[in-house]
Amino acid sequence: MNMTAALVFAGLFGFVTLLGFYAARWRAADLTSLHEWGLAGRSFGTVITWFLLGGDLYTAYTFIAVPALLFGVGAFGFFAVPYTILVFPFAFIVLGRLWSVSHRHGYITPADFVRARYGSRWLALAIAVTGIVATMPYIALQLVGLEVVIAGLGFKMAGWLNELPLLIAFAILAAYTYTSGLRAPAMIAIVKDILIYITIIAAVIIIPAQLGGYGKIFSAVSADKLLLKPPAEHNLNGYSAYLTLAIGSALALFLYPHSVTAVLSASSANALRRNMALLPAYSLVLGLIALLGYMALAADVSHLPEYADYFKQYGANFAVPALFLHSFPDWFVGVAFAAIGIGALVPAAIMSIAAANLYTRNIHGEFFNKNLTEKQETQWAKAMSLLVKAGALIFIIALPKQYAIQLQLLGGIWIIQTLPAIIVGLYTRWFDHRALLLGWLFGIVSGTWMVASLQFKGAIFPLQLFGYTIPAYVAVYALLLNFMIAILVTFLVKSLSLTPSLDRTQPQDYIDE
Amino acid sequence: MKNSKILFWFLIPLFAIICVPFYNRLDPVLFGIPFFYAYQLLLIPVTAAITAGVYFYFSRKNK
Repeated sequence: MNMTAALVFAGLFGFVTLLGFYAARWRAADLTSLHEWGLAGRSFGTVITWFLLGGDLYTAYTFIAVPALLFGVGAFGFFAVPYTILVFPFAFIVLGRLWSVSHRHGYITPADFVRARYGSRWLALAIAVTGIVATMPYIALQLVGLEVVIAGLGFKMAGWLNELPLLIAFAILAAYTYTSGLRAPAMIAIVKDILIYITIIAAVIIIPAQLGGYGKIFSAVSADKLLLKPPAEHNLNGYSAYLTLAIGSALALFLYPHSVTAVLSASSANALRRNMALLPAYSLVLGLIALLGYMALAADVSHLPEYADYFKQYGANFAVPALFLHSFPDWFVGVAFAAIGIGALVPAAIMSIAAANLYTRNIHGEFFNKNLTEKQETQWAKAMSLLVKAGALIFIIALPKQYAIQLQLLGGIWIIQTLPAIIVGLYTRWFDHRALLLGWLFGIVSGTWMVASLQFKGAIFPLQLFGYTIPAYVAVYALLLNFMIAILVTFLVKSLSLTPSLDRTQPQDYIDE
Repeated sequence: MKNSKILFWFLIPLFAIICVPFYNRLDPVLFGIPFFYAYQLLLIPVTAAITAGVYFYFSRKNK
């Protein structure tokens, strides 16, 4: 066991634990209200929102998986960069409207908005269930990030004791999320982000110097990995796959319930818009982190005997931890691993809060008990946040990790099917709620079918069209089908003059000035 | 957001990313980083600057 690194890691972990509990008293308010527990009273200004969204969107799993993808398959894994370039202009345009209408009417979840906009609790149920199902494996994957760095510290025990650090970390996380709500991850995100910036700045200075510069690093990568596979005759190959993955991921990001939770906790639409210009600072960090995958190749860590066991167990996901162990002094390994480990806690907390809010507001409060008091509502949400985390933990300990990865892949494809109802719904009420529900169903089924036809191994479907093969992100194909169905059925509904549902929002609700 | 013509500025990063054949190359190498990577990394601050510009335009308009 790496004692120095483990002590630094444990020390930083202890510090954020104290912060997590202390957060209940930060901007003290009545935490028995769901607006306070689940959205921190919508009080976060530009700076806290920047830390919170940064901590929420750039997760531990990102920091492990993106470089692992470059390490494993090369240039294709760099799609994370164009994805984060496109996501903020898109968010700049649409999020102000979502924030404004939610602020005006007190919506806590995206399904709350859909419920009011389309007057259909079934459509809202579809949105809520999609959100919860897409979020669960995402939480589980945060645990993978945490597990990898704990293993990297050299913690080895027999049998179930091996999972002990993970269990302890998660029990602590569950406890302070329960007591402090969204305030806890917001406060911890500040520490996490500072640690990440320190780690990455050190990594991009120290490691290339050790390896003899960026030129040397890139020359260690095999030529076929360095670029995308160019189109051949009748096949668009890597180009269409790369582009659709970037665009599809950008469209999906702010549909995830945990993104919406962080967005709605901002104190103004302008604080959000300011953040869309400021958040790319994290994208730059992500781009540099992605290159760590190549640095790991150049350092040839997977062939060093001391890491052989880890690579056998964790595969490419161990590339970055191995690189840090190989390049940094022990105490700094502790800092870097703590950055990743704490980076797992922040999004896991926000995700569990978001899933709990969805269940309470759009399933329990809608279908089981319409007369929840505000206090009961919060009690339910707090209990659900525990249940969601316990579920994720069992998932990761009891089942093969591959399941969580595959489900998260499917989650991205499922969540994008809520785009017509949520994002398009912010602009127009032209669509009929029945048409949207049908479109959603076709999107989910066709997306799942395409991934199943790929044996759940990937999300790039090679569609054959007019003698051409166009490999593209399944989510994008399924979304196109979803739109086609929704448009057709809306026309049908209108031509049959079926009764439209009630819209409880007003056009001026969407404008914040 | 009135006068949303300014949002067309956001087509610049979109276009820059859609041109995959343009940047899927190794040369020129910038600071030891092949063009494919350097180009996309550089687009991050460029897009952030455009977003900031659009933000300031709106906030001035709304005063």
